[in-house]
Amino acid sequence: MHAEQLEIAGFLEKNPPFDELSQEALHELAQQVEVAYYRAGSDILNFAEPLQDLYVIRRGAVETYRRTGELYNRLSDGDVFGQMGLLMNQRVRFPVKAIEDTLVYCIPFEQFRDYCDRYETFADYFESESESSSLLRKAVSAQHDNNDLTTVKVKGLMPRELVTITNRASIREAAELMTANHVSSVLVVNQSQREADDPGLVGIITDRDLRERVLACGIDPASSVDQIMSSRIITLDDNAYVFEAMLLMLRHNIHHLPIVQRQKPVGVLALSDLIRHESQSSILLVRSIFKMSSIEELKAHARQLPAVFVRMVKEDANSHMIGSAMAVIGRSFKQRLLELAEQQFGPPPVDYCFLALGSMARDEQLIYTDQDNAMVLDDSYREEEHGGYFEQVAKFVSDGLADCGYAYCDGEVMATNPKWRMTLSGWKQHFSDWIDEASPQALLNSNIFFDLDGVWGRTDWAIDLRRFITHKSKNNRKFLASMARNALNRKPPLGFFKEFVLEKDGQHKDSMNLKRRGTAPLSDVIRVHALAVGSMAVNSFERLDDVIEAGLLPEGKGTDLSDALEYISIVRIRHQAKQIESRETVDNNVHPIHLTSFDRRNLKEAFQVVSSAQSFLKYRYNSNIPMK
Amino acid sequence: MSDTPNTPPPAKAPRQDWPEYFDQLALQCQNHWLHRYYAGGVVSGDTAMINTPLVAMDFETTGMNAAVDDIVSIGLVPFSLRRIFCRESAHWLVKPRQALTEGSVLIHGITHSDINAAPDLEVILEALLTAITGRILVVHYRHIERQFLAQALLERLGEAITFPVIDTMAIEHTVLRRRQGLVDRMLKRSPRGLRLGDCRERYGLPHYHAHHALTDALATAELLQAQIAYHFSEDTPLGELWL
Repeated sequence: MHAEQLEIAGFLEKNPPFDELSQEALHELAQQVEVAYYRAGSDILNFAEPLQDLYVIRRGAVETYRRTGELYNRLSDGDVFGQMGLLMNQRVRFPVKAIEDTLVYCIPFEQFRDYCDRYETFADYFESESESSSLLRKAVSAQHDNNDLTTVKVKGLMPRELVTITNRASIREAAELMTANHVSSVLVVNQSQREADDPGLVGIITDRDLRERVLACGIDPASSVDQIMSSRIITLDDNAYVFEAMLLMLRHNIHHLPIVQRQKPVGVLALSDLIRHESQSSILLVRSIFKMSSIEELKAHARQLPAVFVRMVKEDANSHMIGSAMAVIGRSFKQRLLELAEQQFGPPPVDYCFLALGSMARDEQLIYTDQDNAMVLDDSYREEEHGGYFEQVAKFVSDGLADCGYAYCDGEVMATNPKWRMTLSGWKQHFSDWIDEASPQALLNSNIFFDLDGVWGRTDWAIDLRRFITHKSKNNRKFLASMARNALNRKPPLGFFKEFVLEKDGQHKDSMNLKRRGTAPLSDVIRVHALAVGSMAVNSFERLDDVIEAGLLPEGKGTDLSDALEYISIVRIRHQAKQIESRETVDNNVHPIHLTSFDRRNLKEAFQVVSSAQSFLKYRYNSNIPMK
Repeated sequence: MSDTPNTPPPAKAPRQDWPEYFDQLALQCQNHWLHRYYAGGVVSGDTAMINTPLVAMDFETTGMNAAVDDIVSIGLVPFSLRRIFCRESAHWLVKPRQALTEGSVLIHGITHSDINAAPDLEVILEALLTAITGRILVVHYRHIERQFLAQALLERLGEAITFPVIDTMAIEHTVLRRRQGLVDRMLKRSPRGLRLGDCRERYGLPHYHAHHALTDALATAELLQAQIAYHFSEDTPLGELWL
């Protein structure tokens, strides 16, 4: 039974984008159409309702509105609407009302998508058609919209009343107050300091403090709370996203986070609140890393990592969240291994700081990465006396990481390499040499060192080093020019006509490496700008914020860069999640034929952004350099 | 052929007991297919239009007289007040027992060679009955579809078929009649055009090429959606409209 809808096909045939379809495709489409009639004045689509179809106006006129109610567009015979909502999250973005009696042909979503995949010109139409901001922007923000962790703010899930106690109260009073209020923590305030703009927050006491610092130590419950409270308080604004709270807790391994509103405490967010909100397994994974007591146990534990990664991808986390969570997990493995190393080899003879470098430092780590790390040693370090200890520790950590799935670094950028175990002054000298000499050649493989983060020990030295680098490189034209030149070494895989340039042979034939040709060159570009404006940030998105604020980039280019980075990263992440699920080896080589036409198009746009960012970089830093 | 006269015959008081009547017909009828059709039942007259499953049907025929003429093609489009479902629609060419006349070929464009390849209605009858089971038929000028289908079944199965219909022409006629001036009504002047295309124009519906059974069925479904939007509501009970 083949029922050809001659009228419908005949009408579609006269209107773009359907006019480009073959007769066969046209008739197939016409048979899937649903028809609906709306009298003038009636609502066709309401904001945020689920959207199932692409609408083609057969006869009549409609108006589309912004969310605010402001008129957005007026459409009539042959025009289409609903495409933006369909491309994004299948919800109505622009409400639609019939202003004349209107007959619409509705093309079901599956059909629409299928045709976009099958017919290039069909897909093209909906993209060139899209309004002012780029589709990439929309794709990125739509993904953002869909996600709970990125949209739910801390104030949205703060169930607890603020419970405070003065610093002169006794421990017993604090315990009684906590019991009476059914809370697991209490904030300590200093009454005498308390003023209109200063709440005098001086500490926090948790259940764990009562156990570990009172009962276990036999402290008299009558003594004052300031004896046992933690006075190093990490707070978060109530306007922050739940995701930021999660990261902060993970990073500092704390279970209670005082929430402030314009600096004033308004409540405490407990880890249990977060877990209840999102059974975020990355939190659980990190917590238990610290309970593992041997490399064997850590190794077994690390096997959960792929599942955690896949789950986050499925929950539609964005690349920043996934990158941060993976970095926190990687960092936790290092921290635990260092703890175990110190148990085995004894306490360090001199202070030191274990550094994470590259993607882990930038919070942009994906599932597996090379273990790029280094050590900063106290200036009192003597090779002959202390060298053996740190070599042992470095080897212990490095082997342990390899056991947990983090491959040794090919370039030997690891603390096991004596070259990368230096004193603090040694490191500063080294950075000085890099920055002052600034030959592109010398800097070729040093990018990774400009993204550093303290993981263990004297982490303040990492900040010190970062400040040192920032200070030296800001406004240093020659250095920036060399860095800029190196940032142009890796080009995005786009040809002259905006076609993908694929690997021509070898194991990865017909694929493109999204890290080497996408995220890495972008991070390189962003790093140069960040150094130029003296940003202390390490994460590329945060660096971009600083760069944008400094007004270094032309209007709108900053957002383009961050959208491009997000998009390429998320395609790369999804690719890896798919590989994990099908038990393939995880890599960065994506075959365009495996992507949907939307991803292909968005990727091309993103690569275009990389390409023009590189051109801008060349222009911005390479012109006017004094010739030597 | 379904090119219809401008004045429909006066409607008798419509029956309201269709569900009971179908139960009775299901017991009485001999033919297996017909039994299944009646046993599939019919929604009751107090069902709101928005909840009523509908199917628009149109025939092209060899002439106007059901006693001598026969069906040439059938178009079916299932729908509801909200949506018309093209993907479930059907279109059949069938071989009439009465030869095609030059005149009818001119109107619906179906030729002798088209017909020679077509099956007898009996071959597609089961599919046709299945497609309309449980749905209320919607037609434009009910006498054609009702009488021709009844006659065709009588000839092939020895039993006729009865069913409730919503007639978009009858609705339009009544609506226009109500709006007519008193003088016109007293002089029994016919209201404006009642052809499918004429009716559609009044609701801003596009011009469709007439006399293709599937297109006409689609056109009829759209017309009913428009008529309800204008003159009734989603909650209007089916019983007010069926005949």
